[in-house]
Amino acid sequence: MLHPIPHQYEHEEPIVEVKGVTCGYDGTPILNNVDLTVNRGDFVGLLGPSGSGKTTMLKSILGAVDIFSGQILVEGISINTKNPRVGYVPQLETIDWNFPVTVEQVVMMGRTSYSRLLPWYKNSDKQIVHEILERLSIAHLSKRHIKELSGGQQQRAFLARSLVSNPRVLLLDEPTMGVDIKTRDEVMHLLDELNHQDVTIIMTTHEINSVAAHLPTVVCLNGEIVAAGAPKDVLTPATLKLTYNADLHVTEYEGMTLVTESPHFFGRNAGTSQNSNSHYSEHN
Amino acid sequence: MFAPFEYEFFIRGIVVSTLVGALCGLIGVYIVLRGMSYIGHGLSHAIFGGAVVSYIMSINFLIGASIWGFLSAMLINLTSRRGKIGADAAIGIVTTSSFALGVALISKFKTFTRSFDAALFGNILGVTDVDVIAIVFVGIVSATAIFLGYKYLLFTTFDPEVAQYHGLPTGWIDTLFTLILAAVIVVSLQVLGVTMIAAAIVIPPVSARILTNNFGTMMMLSVAIGGFCGLGGLYVSYYIDISSGPSVVLFSATLFFLTLGYSSFKELIRNLGVRN
Repeated sequence: MLHPIPHQYEHEEPIVEVKGVTCGYDGTPILNNVDLTVNRGDFVGLLGPSGSGKTTMLKSILGAVDIFSGQILVEGISINTKNPRVGYVPQLETIDWNFPVTVEQVVMMGRTSYSRLLPWYKNSDKQIVHEILERLSIAHLSKRHIKELSGGQQQRAFLARSLVSNPRVLLLDEPTMGVDIKTRDEVMHLLDELNHQDVTIIMTTHEINSVAAHLPTVVCLNGEIVAAGAPKDVLTPATLKLTYNADLHVTEYEGMTLVTESPHFFGRNAGTSQNSNSHYSEHN
Repeated sequence: MFAPFEYEFFIRGIVVSTLVGALCGLIGVYIVLRGMSYIGHGLSHAIFGGAVVSYIMSINFLIGASIWGFLSAMLINLTSRRGKIGADAAIGIVTTSSFALGVALISKFKTFTRSFDAALFGNILGVTDVDVIAIVFVGIVSATAIFLGYKYLLFTTFDPEVAQYHGLPTGWIDTLFTLILAAVIVVSLQVLGVTMIAAAIVIPPVSARILTNNFGTMMMLSVAIGGFCGLGGLYVSYYIDISSGPSVVLFSATLFFLTLGYSSFKELIRNLGVRN
C-alpha cells in the first residue's frame, strides 16, 4: 500500500492557520476553540467519529460555516478579507451521476469564476483544463459522460475541477469513501503525487489503517482537537479513547502503526468459533 | 390539413403556443435538473391567487401575478431553508394557500367577469395583443439571460455548494432564475392554464434527457420538443375541439412515451448485439 513521504521544504511556511476558532451552524458550535497550523507542503488527515467536526473543519477554511470566535488565515490573509485560493473536492456520493455532463464540462466548471459573461470559455481556460486532464491521465476520457467512469477516474475528474483554479491548498472530504481497495490505492497515490507538486493537502477520512496511518500528519477531532502529529505519536489507545470513546488497541507492523479492535464474533457460527466466551455460547 | 391556417386567430395562436412551448422547454431543463419539478406545478397555482388579487386591486395582471409568483417562490426558499421543513412541504404550504386565497376571493366577490376556466385550463382564443407582446418580451429576456449565464447556471445547477466555494454568486443566480421562472409561468397561463403548465415545463426536458447525455444538446432538444409540442398540440386541438392546455400536454405526453419506447428499443437492440 501507500507510504507517502511528504514534500520537504527548507523552512516551515504556514499556509492555513486556524486560531482559537469556534464554529458551527445556526448558532450551534460544532468545533470549539480549535488551533491548527498547516504548513506549505503538508499532507494532513482529519480523523474522528461521525459528527466530530471533520467536514466542518474543511468548510470553516472555505469560509462556509459561521465562525463564532477566532480567525482563519490562508496564505496569511483572513478568509473574511479575501476568498481563499483553496480547492475543494466534495464527497462523491453528493454528486448527481445522472446529470448530463461530460468530464470536460465538469472540469471546465472550475474556470467559471474566471470567465466572461458568455456561454463559452476562453482558449486559455481550455488550455489549462487540457493540461490538467493530461496531468491526471484522463484527457482521453474528456468527452465521456461522468457516469461512464470508474471510481478512481471519477475522483480524478473532480480533483481536476478543483486544480484548474491553481489552488495552493486542496481540501478533500473523504476521497476514499466507498471505493474498492485498488481505487483507494490509486487515489492516495495520486494525492501523494500532487503533494509532491507543491499542493498542500487536508483530507478527512474514516479509514485509520488504510489511509490515516500512511499519512505524514494526522489530526484527531471530536468537537475539538484531541491530538495532532505523526501517526505513531497520535494513534495511541489514550488518544483514540478520547476521539472515539472506544477501547482500541494499537500495534506495529513493519514500522507502521495499526489500530485494531477487540475480537468479536457475530452470527450463527459465533458459538463454535474461538470466542467461547461469547454471549451466544453462554446461553446455548 | 392547412384549413385552420386560414384563420388569423389560429395563426396567432399557433405562434404563441409554439413560443410558450419552447420557453417552457428552455426553463424546464434547469427545473428538472435541479430536482424542482414540483415547483412549476406549485407556482402556477400560487400565481392563480396572485392573478385574482391583481384583478380585485385593478393591477395589471402580468405585473401583479409576476410579483406574486416571485414572492411565493422566495417564500418557499425561505421556509425550506429553516431546515426542519423540506422544500416539497414548503411548496405544498405556500402554493396551496395562495391558490385557496384565489378561490376564496372568487367566491366572495361574485362580480367576476373574467373566465377563470381559461386560467385553469388555457384558452388560446383569449390571447390578446398584450399577451403576445408579453410572451415575446419574456422570451427574449429569458433566452438572453440563460444564454449569457449558461456557464453559471450549469455550475450552480450541477453542484451549488462547490459553485459557491468557487466564488459564484449562487444566491443572486437563484433569485434571477426564480424571477425568470415566475415570469415564464405568468405569460404561459393564458395558453396552457394553471393546471397544465407543470407538464409543459417537465415533459420536454425529460424527453430530451432520454435522448442525450450532453447538457447543451439537452437544452436545444428540450426547446425544440417544447416548441413542437406547442405547435402540434394546438393543431390537434383545432380538430378534436378541446382546450389548448390539455391538448398541448397530451401531445407532449404522447411524444414522451414514443421517445421512451424508442430509447428502450435501442437499448434492447444494443444488449442483443452485445450478447451475440
